[in-house]
Amino acid sequence: MGRTWRRIGPVATLVLTGLLAWYGLAIGLNAPQVGERLDGLGQPWGTPALVLGTWAMERPVLPAPHQILLEFADSVWGQALDSPRNLLFHAWVTLESTLLGFVLGVLLGVALAVGVVHQRVLDRGLLPWIIASQTIPILAIAPMVVVVLGSMGYPPLVSKAVISMYLCFFPVTIGMVKGLRSPDPLQLDLMRTYSAAPAQVLGKLRLPAAMPFLFASAKVAIAASLIGAIVGELPTGAQSGLGARLLQGSYFGQTVQIWSALLMASLLGVVLVGAVGMVERGTARLMGVRP
Amino acid sequence: MADPSPCAVEARQLGLVFQTADTPVTALSAVDLTVARGEFVSFIGPSGCGKTTLLRVIADLEQSTSGRILVNGVSPAEARQSRAYGYVFQAPALYPWRRVLGNVMLPLEIMGVPAGERAGRARHQLALVGLEGFEGKFPWQLSGGMQQRVSIARALAFEPRLLLMDEPFGALDEITRDHLNEQLLRLWERTAKTVIFVTHSIAEAVFLSQRIVVMSPRPGRIVEIIDNPLPAAGRTLDARDGAEFVAVAHRVREALRAGHSYD
Repeated sequence: MGRTWRRIGPVATLVLTGLLAWYGLAIGLNAPQVGERLDGLGQPWGTPALVLGTWAMERPVLPAPHQILLEFADSVWGQALDSPRNLLFHAWVTLESTLLGFVLGVLLGVALAVGVVHQRVLDRGLLPWIIASQTIPILAIAPMVVVVLGSMGYPPLVSKAVISMYLCFFPVTIGMVKGLRSPDPLQLDLMRTYSAAPAQVLGKLRLPAAMPFLFASAKVAIAASLIGAIVGELPTGAQSGLGARLLQGSYFGQTVQIWSALLMASLLGVVLVGAVGMVERGTARLMGVRP
Repeated sequence: MADPSPCAVEARQLGLVFQTADTPVTALSAVDLTVARGEFVSFIGPSGCGKTTLLRVIADLEQSTSGRILVNGVSPAEARQSRAYGYVFQAPALYPWRRVLGNVMLPLEIMGVPAGERAGRARHQLALVGLEGFEGKFPWQLSGGMQQRVSIARALAFEPRLLLMDEPFGALDEITRDHLNEQLLRLWERTAKTVIFVTHSIAEAVFLSQRIVVMSPRPGRIVEIIDNPLPAAGRTLDARDGAEFVAVAHRVREALRAGHSYD
């Protein structure tokens, strides 16, 4: 008991509390509709009927957890993989552009950071624009990106990836500027005594020193990239992707479907951040970080 | 390469003034110094006397503001660009993501030594500082003294004729420091390099050097240059108990006092 409980106890307690609160909230939010329907049947009804009714509606205001899980399980295992009714199919579509956008965003973010660290002009001139770019709501830009790139003949994958890139280069730039400047003065002096070229200082000192900063930024960036991909699917009338699934759900009032798509999106986020963490640990081992 | 100058370092009326926010600070004032090839010279003095600054000017890590200075017969910048010296810092400044061998190979990589030669040369230098068998360790797996020996091997890796050492053993315990002093002296005897060594330990300066440059702060200047008559060859730590050694140490102490360095 003791040790196992200490490990899972707090988590289990939180989950249980959350579920209880959720069921309670579902009763409160769905009760008016259920009450109306029960009244319409013209028979007397009691509290148990009301409560059970709020947890079994077809289009509840707030679906109960088991409804979401059942819908989730059905749309993952109950449908053919290439069917538009399968959530894994939509998750894959979103994942593709998330990863493409992430790679582009990291490359852009690192390139900007290298420029900012090496060129005083860029430090002064570029950084304010980079920060300003992030104050524009992504929802305002996304439709324009989709329309412009679409009219240039690019597939939706590319325009969604560009939106992801727009969201995720920023944390990478900020983190990498700090990381590339993290070597201590002696480590930099050493390079100077060797008359090392700037590219050598970058490759052999600044980039390795920036690795912890890169991974911290990458975890933020990949989550932002996923959001970018989903947002990119909303205004396009896309037929596939988690964003499209969310939009369809809201058109038809299919709240259970919306919530199970949300569940898939958050699972995808957890997996992606976890994957970055794994790469981080592997890199740290290779770089001899003290365990 | 042919090098006409017999001097490793030649400074005449050298001065350096740092411009700070409120008042200019004179870090070095009217420094005259000549260091011959193959000499072991120590700079000693209290904090703020400019000994590290002088070493950094020689290394072109700082630039003098008056007077002139030649390193190997050329300007410090040219000497640095021709990779004339190896520099050992107060801290090991090892790159933590490189293993010991990788750290010693770093200058060789930067200077374009063919990949096939690097490991062999780095191993040779590690053997000179007594670190065979530690090539595959990461820096954090080594003690402070061993890390500093790695940084000495790294400074020697490209075989510069001039070795600049800035309080390399300052952060180590006395036992380790004694041991490394002896190793350094043997290394110097074997390799006939010029060594300029910054310290604030009188015993260390007298034990290691042929000449001791005593410096004083506000403004940083040379008070006296003391010749050490003790023969370097075969000198061991026991020599420090001898009357001659004590006499030289006393002269250094007197010179430091004359510089009002404890005000």
